Parts: sequence; C-alpha cells; structure tokens
Amino acid sequence: MTTIVNGNELAQSQADAATRPAYKVIGTRPIRHDGVDKVTGRAKYGADVQLTGLLYGATVRSPHAHARIVSIEASQALALPGVRAVITRDDFVDPKHRVEELGEGAVDIAHLSRNVMAREKALYRGHVIAAVAADDVHIAEEAARLVRVEYEPLPPVLSVLDAMRDDAPILLPDLRTQSIAGQRGDKPTNIAKHFRYEKGDVAAGFKRAKIVVERTFDTATVHQGYIEPHNATALWNADGHVTVWTSTQGAFAARDQLGNLLNLPISRIKVVPMEIGGGFGGKIAVYLEPLAAMLSRKSGRPVKLVMDRTSVFEATGPTPASHIRVKIGADADGRITAAEAWLAYEAGAFPGSPINPGCMCVFACYDVPNGRVDGYDVVVNKPRTNAYRAPGATNAAMAAETVIDEICRELGIDPLEFRAKNAAREGTRRVDGPVYSRIGMAETVEAVRNSDHWKTKLEGPHRGRGVASGFWFNAGLQSSATATVSADGRVALVEGSTDIGGSRTGIAMQLAETLGIAAEDVTPTVGDTDGVGYTDVTGGSRVTYATGWAAYEAGQDIKRQLIQRAGLLWDVDPAMVNYEGGCLYGPGDKRITFRELAAKLAKTGGPVIGRGTSTHNKPGGAFATHVVDVDVDPETGKVTIVRYTAAQDVGTAIHPSYVEGQVQGGVVQGIGWALNEEYVYDADGRMRNASFLDYRMPTCFDVPMIEPLLIEVPNPDHPFGVRGVGEVPIVPPPAAIANAIHQAVGVRMRQLPMSPPRLLHEILAAESGNLSPEH
Amino acid sequence: MTRKRIVTARINGKEHEFLCAPRQTLLEVLRDVLGLTGTKEGCSNGNCGACTVLLDGRAVDSCLVLAVETEGCRVDTIEGLAATDRLHPLQQAFLEGAALQCGICTPGFLMSAKALLDRNDDPSEEEIRFALAGNLCRCTGYDKIVRAVQATVATTAAGASQGACE
Repeated sequence: MTTIVNGNELAQSQADAATRPAYKVIGTRPIRHDGVDKVTGRAKYGADVQLTGLLYGATVRSPHAHARIVSIEASQALALPGVRAVITRDDFVDPKHRVEELGEGAVDIAHLSRNVMAREKALYRGHVIAAVAADDVHIAEEAARLVRVEYEPLPPVLSVLDAMRDDAPILLPDLRTQSIAGQRGDKPTNIAKHFRYEKGDVAAGFKRAKIVVERTFDTATVHQGYIEPHNATALWNADGHVTVWTSTQGAFAARDQLGNLLNLPISRIKVVPMEIGGGFGGKIAVYLEPLAAMLSRKSGRPVKLVMDRTSVFEATGPTPASHIRVKIGADADGRITAAEAWLAYEAGAFPGSPINPGCMCVFACYDVPNGRVDGYDVVVNKPRTNAYRAPGATNAAMAAETVIDEICRELGIDPLEFRAKNAAREGTRRVDGPVYSRIGMAETVEAVRNSDHWKTKLEGPHRGRGVASGFWFNAGLQSSATATVSADGRVALVEGSTDIGGSRTGIAMQLAETLGIAAEDVTPTVGDTDGVGYTDVTGGSRVTYATGWAAYEAGQDIKRQLIQRAGLLWDVDPAMVNYEGGCLYGPGDKRITFRELAAKLAKTGGPVIGRGTSTHNKPGGAFATHVVDVDVDPETGKVTIVRYTAAQDVGTAIHPSYVEGQVQGGVVQGIGWALNEEYVYDADGRMRNASFLDYRMPTCFDVPMIEPLLIEVPNPDHPFGVRGVGEVPIVPPPAAIANAIHQAVGVRMRQLPMSPPRLLHEILAAESGNLSPEH
Repeated sequence: MTRKRIVTARINGKEHEFLCAPRQTLLEVLRDVLGLTGTKEGCSNGNCGACTVLLDGRAVDSCLVLAVETEGCRVDTIEGLAATDRLHPLQQAFLEGAALQCGICTPGFLMSAKALLDRNDDPSEEEIRFALAGNLCRCTGYDKIVRAVQATVATTAAGASQGACE
C-alpha cells in the first residue's frame, strides 16, 4: 500500500501542510493524455518513423578497445547493389575544443565529434569507424561487413587505478589535468580533472572523534538499460535544411549538438522528438543522429539508423565504474565530527564522468562540520560514460552510507537515530559550499521510523534489514510552453520537454490548476524545435518543476488576457474583473465561466494564446531514506529482496501515481545495480556480457512490491511546491542492501555488484576465519 | 538473394497474405511489411519481450520467429487487443493503474498478460510475476504492472478476459 504522509506525523511538516492551498487538480490521478496511444500500440517511437524513399543504415564498429586506424577501404561496400552511401572520418569536420552544457553534464564538442565517428584511433570496442546507407537493412549490414579497416592494436587501459598510473598507456595525447585552481598540467595523462571541496578543519574534526572508520570501495560500470535502442532518421533537404526524428531526452540539446558536429546554424536544423522508450540520462548525447544526417546528405534520401542491443551496451554512455575511499569520524554521541572522501570515476574514452556531482553528493545528507572531498575524472578504454539517474551519487552513497552503518554498529546507535541526529536541515552548509533551503531529509528518516515496515520485526535465519539515505540536487534550467484557448473551452498546450514517464500530464495538470479547469480539458503535446521555445533536457528531475512552472506562467498569461476580454464584454475596467476557479467575476453579479468566454473569443479580439517560460533555479534538493529486508542463501550467495520501503521528500506530488512510479522504478534499478548489473570485460577490453541475457537486469520475478512513502515538504520556491523526484530513488538501494546483507550474514560488501559469486566468496572467507583486515 | 515467399496467416482475426524473404523475422514483417509498429523491438534476441505477440494463442518473442513459419497460424498483436469501441480490460487497468511510464515495453507486457489470463483467470501474484518474467521493464519497477494485472482479474467477470483478439 502506498501512504501519502502529507506531513501528518511531523510538527514541521504540519506547518507546511497547513499552509498548503486546497488544490482541485493537483494531487489527483487522471489517466495520462498519451495513455490510450501507448496501450494500443499507436504511439510513434523513433524506430516507427516511415518516410518516402527511406534508406536504412548500418554501422562499422571497432572490434578493438584501443587501436590506431591505419586505413579504411569502402569501395567493395559501395559496389554492392542497393548501397547508396558510405561515410567515414573523412566526412566530418574537426570542431575546436569547446565545452557545451547539456543539462545533465557537459561535453567537449571536439570529443563528442570523435566519439560519434572515430578519427586517428578507436578508443573502445564498438567505436564507430564508418556507416552505410542502403535500400534495406540487410543490404546495409552486408555492406558494413565489406568495409575493410586496417587496425594497429594498442594496449588498452581498463580500470581507473591503472589509468592513473604514471606508466599507463595514454588515450588522448593532448589531454592535460585540469586541477583544483584551474591550473593545467604539463604532461600527457589520463586524468582529465581533479576537484577538491573543503569545509572546516578536517584534522581537528578527526581528532575529536571517538571512532573513525575508513574503507575503500569499487563499483562496476552499469548501463541505464532503457528498453528502446537508440535510433535516428534524418533528411538533409536540397535547400540545406536538416530534419531529424529521434528518441532523445532533449530535442534542443540534440539540435545544438548537431549544429556543432555538422557545422550548421541551428536554425537550419529541426529535431522532432518522437516518443522515447526510456532514457535515464543515456539519451542526451547524440550518437546516430549525425551519422543519419551525413548519410542523408551524401545519398540525397532520408536515412534511418537503429542501434542493435550489443552496440547500445558497448558504445553508448553507461555510468562509470569507480574507486572510492571514505573516512568518517563520530563522537560518542554519534555526531559526525569530520568526513573525508577520495573518489576516482571512469569517464570512458573521453573526459566527463559525473565525478563532480559524486563529490558534492557524498556527504550531502548530513551536517558535516569538517569535510574534504577529492575527485578525479579519468579516461579509460571503455565507452564514454553519461548521466544515469542521479549521476555519480549512487557510487558515492554506497561508500558513505555503509561506513555510517559500521559506525552505528560500533557505537551501538540505531541507524535511523544516527541519521536523525546528523540530518542536513534548512541552513546546513554542504561540504562543497551551498546552504540548504527548506528540505525534508529528517522527515524521510522519521517516516521510515514510523513505517509499518520498520515496526514489523524481521524473523528467520540469514535475514537482515538495512537502511540508507540519499541526496540529489535536481535542476532548474530553461523551459517553455504555449497554451491556446479553443472555442470549446479546452486548452491546447505545447511544451518542450520530451515525455519519458508521463510528464506531459503532470505539466498539463499544473496548467489546469492555474486556470481552474479539469486536467482532461488540457491537451498536451511535446513540441519540436521549430514548434516550441527553447527547453532544456528531460533530466535533472527538472521537468515537473521547470516546465510545470512554464505552463503555470502560460496559464497566468491566459488569465490576464481573459480578464481584458471580460472587461471588453461587460464594458468595465479590467481592473474590476477577477479570475477565480475557472470563472470571471465583474461588478454587480457579472459572471462568466472560462468555457463561456472561450466561445466568445472570436468576437472579442480573436485568439488567446498564453506563453510561459521558466529560468527559475531553486528546484529544492531531493532526499530519500530507504529500508530493505533481505534473505541471503548462504549456500549460493544469492540475495532475495523480501521487503522494500522508500521514503522520499517529494515536495508536492502533482500526480501521485507517477511520483510513486518514479520511486518504484528508481529503487528497482538500484536493486539491479546492487546485486547483478555490471560490465564484464576481458583483458583485451571486450565486454563479455553485452546482451540482456547476460547483463542481468531485474525481472518482475526478482523483486517484491516496492512501497513508496511520499512525504510532501513543499518547495517554497515553486508556485505549487514542486520538487524534482525522479532521480534520488536510485541512490540509497545498494548501500541499504549492503547493510542488510551485513546484518543477515555478518559480512561487509565493498564491491558492486554484490553478485552471488562475490558474496559467496566473502561468506566462505568469513567462515574459514580468513577475514580481510577491514572486517 | 533467396526468393521471397508468399505467406498466409490470420493476423488479428483477419486473413493476410504477405511476401517475405526467408530470413525476415515475424517482428520485421509485422513492423516493416504490414505496418503494425505497435510491436516493439528492444533486443532482437529474445531477451526483453518487447516484441511479444500471440502465435496460436501462445506468447512468443516475434524476433525469434521467422515470418515464413507463421503460414496458416493465428497471430495476435497489440493492434488487435482492443475492440473497436472499447479497450481490453487489461489496457484499461494499465491506464488507471499508471502501469506504464515510457510505454515501450507496454505492448509486450499486455500480450504476455493476455496469454496468462487466457489460460488462468485467477493467477496468484507469484504466477503473474512468473508469467511476466520474460518481459523487461526498466521504468516502473514492475509494482504497478503486477497490480494492474491483479486489478484486471478482480474487476472482470469470468469470460471478460477473453478480450477482442479474435
């Protein structure tokens, strides 16, 4: 059962709840507007695009993790009947180094260009070497096999610690370390960046501690695992205009990347975002879009490319493997006195891992008086990593939250008591600087403490219960919306956020609430880049907050115009007209409903179009505290999740079903990350499990129901109190499960995933008394 | 090139005659030859279930079936699940229970769930989870999908789960 706490059990939240307005639409659960299309198979995703004269593409990819590309010979491929174009590195301009913000991570355009199409070297297995367009996909695949590529294999670098060694093979000859004060190193390296954050006096803090625990952790590369593979269809028209239909988290981000890679003004590119079959951060960077565009330019025909699942694993942007050391000190009362972290994340073939958010999140749940965090962004011969749901935070939480659990055991303090005592609150300064506004970390701890789950005793052998907390920033950035009033009293909303999980309904509900009409009376559409104002990516848990705010502004704009119209109609000063709850009121008992006035627009001055934008940037941090019960099979090391409860501060739940869905989905991704998912590489840098059979994501048989506890601590900086909710649910699960495993079988897991062979190894080592010194 | 063959199959209750090459999968023919793009491709090697259709009433991954194998068979796809004037109870339950987020896996889940309910009109949670384990969803954590199937069982009288497929 889902419980909406609404702050009932908490004094502070009661105050928030008391000031909460009575909403008519917000907090209800209407059927999503795109629902019928999606349950009947009518919704059009990227791979469903059909155009007259469409060609189909295929790619040639490097079989080596690290190799010099000596030559590429495409004449045989071109000679195959039905082949219309082949592109290689010779078809791409070389953009200069320039960093562009993509909304959930930045990218150097020169690196992006080389990631899309390899130049001098292939830097990971699956790196694109050439692409082919042909009359059908089978001919294209046959032609791709006929492209002759001569490689000179180079030694690959496959782990973050190996890559940081002085004698490591160098991936990018011109890379220099950008260090703390912005200095640039003077010799070739694989370390792209070094971050450092400091607060207070760390040495003094540790001196004051009664207990200090320091541990090291390793986490494996994991993939977002969206079910829809990447795809792109492009038409480079004879007039130089390019249209791209694609599956993307950000149509504008895709357009801007294409402008850079194709050397075109952005006004000549239109990106049409199709329905998108999952992203989780992995569909922000472009992969196939520039290839489809270049193939179209060369062939003069529209070209469609769809990635196969192996390439999705080998050559898109998973989230980094990492090596992390965390040291935390606490006094006898269980108050944190100091904390230190050292994190190195694998960026993959080009710089840009989420190391910086990892550094900022590692201690973000707590009031840490003295702290220091060092972070390193390191290139290795694996695919260039990208954002994955709260990018960087889950790796860091695995380390910090299990060290805290050890401290709690040592001090004999209840883990929730410890978290309540040290919780970050309004006014707490994070180690990296920012001071929190009203946040709900303490409330999530309290909600778990009051939950049925926590109060129910766990029984049985080899069973354990664990808790962990997590933080994610959320983002604001830019969003746009327009809303047109139609004569029948309904409103057509066009907004710029590609909809991955029902967001168009959450946005439409905010417009409906603003106008005092029903959610069903708003028809939302996701616009293309020529049809709606600039909108940043669907990422950073920002859409319901920011695009919702843009829709609210569009609603306010409509209200202002309707007040004018009513004034005109009644021949009164518009200042005398009020708009309330879907009705306009004038002097005397003048009254007209939204719907009645909508029917009169043609005769009172024509169409009414509301517009709204948002650049607000106080999305409110998201906090979560989870509790999990596990059952460990000591014979096999297999962990079964018996019960899972996730408490989260969700601000205001606009559509509670979809908020619960974000929590449940994030938790199950976190369970997969904790127990099974990892890229398994051989010594040559070949991923040995690049399929859904061998890269083991949870199925519905692997997990129980996931119980969300939605705590509503409204964000004071949003008209409806919205906070981002989508990302933080993935942060606590690995640590919570590790803590539960410890309680079940007495071993501490410091490697992800905690797969059966790894856990069994630790159990057997513990039984034979062969403990590692850290146990 | 091997010559194309003419295949006749009963698709969503109507007889269809189509031309296909022997190497083309049922998934490719449904999507690219017959224009039935509601059946989705997630992996093309039988691991994700996004392309699930019913072949003579049994749930199969259409990426693992060659189109020529369907000669004389019944094939039911997502496009045939709803009746002309109303959704199938499973579709309605998925909508009301918010059992989809991105929606790419939804057609496959609906077809697998239909196959389950056609042979077992009162499955336990365990039986539902087992029957749907061949379909991957990365968005929902499965909770609301399982509940939607349970809701369908609870709200449909005997026989209602027959649906409109035939």
